[in-house]
This record gives sequence, C-alpha cells and structure tokens, in this order.
Amino acid sequence: MNLTLKIWRQKNANDKGKMVDYQVGDISGDMSFLEMLDVLNDQLINKGEEPVAFDHDCREGICGMCSLYINGEAHGPDRGVTTCQLHMRMFKDGDTIFIEPFRAKAFPVIKDLVVDRSAFDRIQHAGGFISVNTSGNTIDANAIPVNKHDADDAFSAATCIGCGACVASCKNSSAMLYVGAKVSQFALLPQGKIEATDRVLNMVKQMDDEGFGNCTNTGACEVECPKGISLENIARMNREYLSAALKG
Amino acid sequence: MALDSKTPQGPIAEKWTNYKNNIDLVNPANKRNIDVIVVGTGLAGGSAAATLAELGYNVKAFCFQDSPRRAHSIAAQGGINAAKNYQGDGDSTYRLFYDTVKGGDYRSREANVYRLAEVSANIIDQCVAQGVPFAREYGGLLDNRSFGGVLVSRTFYAAGQTGQQLLLGAYSAMNRQIGRGKIKMYNRHEMLDVVVVDGKARGIIARNLVTGEIERHSAHAVVLGTGGYGNVFFLSTNAMGSNVTAAWKAHKRGSYFANPCYTQIHPTCIPVSGDHQSKLTLMSESLRNDGRIWVPKNMEDVTAIREGRLKPIEIAEENRDYYLERRYPAFGNLVPRDVASRAAKERCDAGYGVNATGEAVYLDFASAIQRYGKEQAIVKHLDVNDKALIKKLGQEVVKNKYGNLFQMYEKIVDQDPYNTPMMIYPAVHYTMGGLWVDYNLMTTVPGLYAIGEANFSDHGANRLGASALMQGLADGYFVLPYTIGDYLSNDIRTGAISTESPEFDQAEKEVKERINFFISNKGSHSVDYFHKKLGKIMWNKVGMSRNVQGLTEAISEIKALREEFWKEVRVPGTNEEFNEELAKAGRVADYLELGELFAKDALAREESCGGHFREDAVELEGEQKGEAKRDDENFAYVAAWEYKGEPSAAVLHKEQLEFKDIELKQRSYK
Repeated sequence: MNLTLKIWRQKNANDKGKMVDYQVGDISGDMSFLEMLDVLNDQLINKGEEPVAFDHDCREGICGMCSLYINGEAHGPDRGVTTCQLHMRMFKDGDTIFIEPFRAKAFPVIKDLVVDRSAFDRIQHAGGFISVNTSGNTIDANAIPVNKHDADDAFSAATCIGCGACVASCKNSSAMLYVGAKVSQFALLPQGKIEATDRVLNMVKQMDDEGFGNCTNTGACEVECPKGISLENIARMNREYLSAALKG
Repeated sequence: MALDSKTPQGPIAEKWTNYKNNIDLVNPANKRNIDVIVVGTGLAGGSAAATLAELGYNVKAFCFQDSPRRAHSIAAQGGINAAKNYQGDGDSTYRLFYDTVKGGDYRSREANVYRLAEVSANIIDQCVAQGVPFAREYGGLLDNRSFGGVLVSRTFYAAGQTGQQLLLGAYSAMNRQIGRGKIKMYNRHEMLDVVVVDGKARGIIARNLVTGEIERHSAHAVVLGTGGYGNVFFLSTNAMGSNVTAAWKAHKRGSYFANPCYTQIHPTCIPVSGDHQSKLTLMSESLRNDGRIWVPKNMEDVTAIREGRLKPIEIAEENRDYYLERRYPAFGNLVPRDVASRAAKERCDAGYGVNATGEAVYLDFASAIQRYGKEQAIVKHLDVNDKALIKKLGQEVVKNKYGNLFQMYEKIVDQDPYNTPMMIYPAVHYTMGGLWVDYNLMTTVPGLYAIGEANFSDHGANRLGASALMQGLADGYFVLPYTIGDYLSNDIRTGAISTESPEFDQAEKEVKERINFFISNKGSHSVDYFHKKLGKIMWNKVGMSRNVQGLTEAISEIKALREEFWKEVRVPGTNEEFNEELAKAGRVADYLELGELFAKDALAREESCGGHFREDAVELEGEQKGEAKRDDENFAYVAAWEYKGEPSAAVLHKEQLEFKDIELKQRSYK
C-alpha cells in the first residue's frame, strides 16, 4: 500500500518543531508500524536526508521504549498493543497517518518523536521499592504465604511497562495510572505493607513535583494502556494516600 | 599468558563456602572510598549495581536505553530455575548442577555451575522479599512448572513475564540506591571503550546518546553486564539495541573471548515474513508440551500449500510427517532446543517448508484440543461424541494455558492458531559464548569483570530453559559482590582514580577519531545494508549446521564485507545530537569483527556439541546415525581467543575442562 505520513520533526529540545509530509510506497500488511518507519528512514538516508528519530528496542511489546502517538491515539488504533506490535494491516492503501511524540509537560521532546521520560524513573526513586537488602539472608520464600487473588492482582498491576501512554492519553497529563500500579503492587503484598505509608506519600509528592496533572476520572488511560492496567489501581492509590495522610 | 581458572581446591560442595571464608574483605569505611562502574542494567548488571551500592561502594551504572528497566532481560518469558525442591520431587543442588552440565553438553566449568546451583534457592527468597509477584497456588505458596531437558518441576514463574518481573525487582533495588545517592545512573549512555591503566581496568569512555558528548569515567573496577551478541545475525529475538560493543572493546583491550561459536537457536519462533523484517519473535518453549510438529509427507502437498490451493487441515493424518516423533520416539516433540531446531532445518532444506519462503514447519494443537475436549466432556458429564462441543471445550483449555501466546501469534501472522496450525521456524536467541572469566568472574584484564550472558562460564555449549535468569541474578546478587571485594581489598589506599592520564587521553582520542570517520565518510550504503549482509552470511554459513567449506567462505566474505563497510558506510547527521545511525554504525563495525572470530572458532572446533553442529562430526552408524558427535578426547576445552590486531590473527588459548563429579555421557533422545 501507499501512504502519506505527517510526522512531527523537531531538531532538539529548543527547536519549535513542525509536521512534515512524507510518502512511502510498497508497504505490506505484515510489517509492523516501526518496520514501516524503517522503510521511510532507509529512503531518507539514501536521499541524504536525516532519518526520523524514534525510540524502540525489544520490538515485542515488553520493554516500553516505543512511544508514538498515531492518529490521535497512544500506540495507534489497535487495542492492547504497543506501537511495535501494531501491524500495517490496520491501515489501508491511500491512508494519511499522523505521527507525533507522546506529549506532556513532564515528557520534554529530545528529538522528533523521542521524549524524555526520566520523570517516571524519579518517581520510582522516591519509593518504588521494598527496603530489603540483597544479601540473600532473608527468610525462606514460602514463609510468606500470599492469598492467590492478591498475588494475581499484584502481578497484574506489576505488568505496567512504563511506556507513558497513560500520560499521553490523559487531557491532564496525569501519571496516576502509572504510579497507582506500583503503589498497588506493593499494597497488595504483605512484604510491601511495612513501608506503605511513606511510599505512597513520597511517590505522590514526586509525581506532583514533576508536573504531572491530576486525575479527573475520564478513564482514557485505561483504554489506551497496552497492558490493560485497570483504573482500580488509581482507586487503591487514593485509598492508600488518604489513610497515609490521616496517619501523618 | 596461561589461563588460570582460580577454582578453589576441595570437594565441589565446599568450594564456595571455603572460598568465602578465606577471601579478603573491605571494611565499610573503606568501601566509601572505592568506585565501581557497572555497564548494563539487565538482571546481571542491575542486581550487581544494587548490591554493590548496598555494600557501600560508590557505583556508576550505565545503560543505552532511556531507563534501566528496559534492558532485554525484560523479554524473558518462561521462568527461573531454583533447587528449592518445594515439590518434593527429588530436586537438589546436585541435580540442578548435573542437569546444567549435561544440558550444556559437558562444555562448562564444573565449579562455576555448582556454585550457580548452590545460590539458586536464595534468589527466590530474595525476589519474594523484594515483592516480585511470582505465581502462587491457592494455599498461598509458590507454584512451579517443568521445563525441557529435566525430570523435576523447579521453575518459578510469573505468567509469561518472568523476566519482566525479576528485572523490575532488580530495578526497584537499584532505585532505592539511586534515591540514596549510592548509585549514579547514566541513562542513554553507551560505553565505547575500557581504559586500562598499569595493567588494570580503571574506567571507561562513554558517549552521551542525547548530546553526543564523549565522557571519561574512572573507577577502581569495571563490571560488564552487557548481554549477548545474537544480533550479529541481524535477525534474532534480541532487542534492536542489543550489541557486542562493550564486550568487544574489552576483548581488544586484553580480555579473552571464549567459545564465540556457541549460539542457541530457539525452535519455536515466528517465521520471517519478508525482507522488511527487523527482528524475530519467540514463543515460549512451553508450547511444545501440547503442540505436535509436522510437515507434509508428499511434495505435491507442499507445492499446493505454497500456492494456496490446499489448507494444512485438509491434509490427512497419514500424509503428515511428524518428524520429531518419527526420529526421536522417546522424547518426541520435547527434545532439547538444539535438536528440535536442526530437525526443522533438515526438513526445510529437503524442500518441505510450508510457507512462501520455504522456511517454516507446522506446530499443531488439534490433537491437544481433542484430548482436552474429551477430558472436559467426561468431567462435565457431556456428550463425548459431539464434535463441535469437544472442540469448543478443548479450545477453552488451550486458551487458558497459552492464550497470550496465541494472541501474539495472531497479531503478527494474522491467522487463528485455534483453527489452523501455527507456523514456526528456529531463530537466534541466546549466546552461550562470551568473555572468558575465572572463578571470580574476572576477565583476563585485572579489575575487569563480566557477568550474566556477557560471560561464557555456566551454560557450556547449550543453555537449558529458565537458566539465563538464574545465572544473571546469581552473578549480580550473590557471586560478584564477594569476588570483587577480594580484588578491591588491594585498592583501599589507592585513592580516587584520575581521568587525566595518557591512557584516558589515548582511549578518548581513538573513540573520537572513529566517530569523526563515520560522520565524514560519505559512503553509498546505510549501516543496515551492511548489517543485513553480515546476518545473511552468518545465518547461511555459520548458523544451525556448519561445515568446513561454508566456514572458510564465511571468514573471507566477512573480511571483504568489513573492508567494504569501512569504505562505503554512510552515516547521516552529526555527532553533537541524538543520532541513532551513528550509534548503530559503531555496533555493526564491532559485529563485523566478532563475526569473523565466531566463524574461526566454529572452524577450529571439529566436533559437534550443543548448539554447535558440524556436518563432519556425526555418528556414522548404529542407533544414533546422523546425530551430533562430541569429541571429549580432543575438544573438552574452553576456546579462549586473544586479540592480536585482526580477527584472523587471534591466538587460541585452551582451558582444559575437568569433570571430577560428573561422568561424561552421550546425550541421547532416541
């Protein structure tokens, strides 16, 4: 198929940036979206132009590196997939496709479609861990039984890949789903309860300091999340936060 | 230099304990004055960085991704082995040790493998304490599953995302230390050289991938947890950025490179669909528990399928060749990875491949769906003769077991594997070879360590499923933190290492010259053009099945391609910006050297063992006719290569392997 691409080009963080039109031909439905961009980039390099910069690594939907906003949706029109798992058979010959970076105040653009998501890491530094040393001198793993339902829910929350689709999709650029997922994982496990109060207070404070917005319950994050992280995690974080705040 | 593995004396079960009792320690006050650089933040590098920082060292950690959480360990699916014996099925440290040495086709170092088995149980304790959400049973205790090549259930898992959960555990341990200021994290940085001062590794040269700045970083020791080099094949299941550069630079600075030809080719991957393909996708080995592998018996059926005139489900049972069940009646579809991969290639080479490229075989779940469907009908007191009902019930069971894999397959291939067989083909997946290390995990350069997939030590010529995660975490959490202390105890009076030395000047100058060359060389082909060509040579001549003629050709073709690369490569843009093509150019340049050494190593090893299959080393008669033939008399050694300017000039050093606790046997799956 032949496609028209309208792609955000921005030289660096200080550049203003603009949409630029490109044509690509001979695209097969079996290609992934990123392979289609590989074709474009090869074309640009051979013409002596600069290829389009975009983040990607594992190309199997788990590393969380790819981050494109395609036709107004984080990771494009398919559901439950990252950009690297989006296939061109979702489009048809003659389509025009708009490709932009994940936009948020807390995710400044580095170049073209590449953004800086280090704010996510800094929220984890503030409390996304259990304070146990890796000496190996802990108790036997089976000395801490965990109710299977809680363990499964903790796992579901922990499958977040940290891509930032939730932030990009939210009209407030809120990171509540991302932070809620980590708070929930530990809140559901006995190992995590010991530091629960400090954890939620510290992580939420860092989230606010980074410039992420608040949650107004529109639920766009859950719809666009490639891993199906549930809104329940936001509710659980709010509950944890309230009880922590009351404790002081 | 003679290779000394520094394996401690004494009975194998006591070596590690005795070693720990006798090493030199660094007191906590002195640790504050010692710096350690860790490159790579996967399971090995991430766990090492966290533990060293907890101990009190000042750690600088580097990764090329935008966050340490994205290292490719994250993509591991199946699980992690540990000799917990929670199932009471006869598992023990010795049995895990035995299975690993045997699975590696007797080409690993006994003492290292025993230590790995010994610390494995502790990994699970540690991860649970960190909040890793492993799968559990209804009683609240941990669940286990079984994996290929073993007779016990010792694999711990978190659905099909075990690597992700373990990596996020190590990442969380790192985050705690980053928050305390004990780890200084350098995201989007790529190591481009090791700096050796007075014979010791004392730092690295790194490039900031956002600004292009070339930076000097010094330390008292350097640890490489930089993964494997499967991308030398261009197409592999590795991440796009996975590269050999850090290990290769270490090699060029004096670290020997061991067994580069040992590569694991995983049998259950999604076949290549065309030239546009950028990477391959693996589906868990667990699929072979229920899937039956076959190709058509008759060539006219193959032709009809390729032309779209026939569907696989229309081929009658008697016209199908279940070649694994035919050749290996004892293990059937559950033979080890190397055997399954070679058998698929054999059928496709004979012309029986079932897709347009001729490189695919069927993995069929119809029998399993029938079997499970009937079971369910009996349990639920329903009509076992109702075909539609049986199929529906069976599909539900299969969906519960493999739903996410079936969904992934359907997204990529656009076919429904519940109603038509999957198509699969082997793909490069893991490299057992790597930097040679002694018992301390130190390379032949003092103060330079290699851990995880980056070293060669534990998997021999073939790795068992669920053992990569075990090794990465064992090295990082429990082994390196002891062994590196013994070395650093000599550095307590050294003081901070200066970056203003002739050695740093020289290393930085070389790095800058190479970058300037790439930027100013206005060649005619992109980096990928050369990478793809290299991949084709490697896959066709140094892949699953190797012979003298092919390997000899590969060596000269790679050399010629390397010369063309240095003349004709084109890198757009500048150094002073985010420039992925520039980063790729450096990586491919290193692959073009490694590839040649890889082929040279394969040519020198005139035996078949594990993932290395030589067509001239097969059994000629008897029940095992045509199967791989190992040669313990002449090749029971580690091939460690010393860099001498060109890959062709590399010098071979042999570490003879001694098997005192395990008897060498032929692997038979007939």
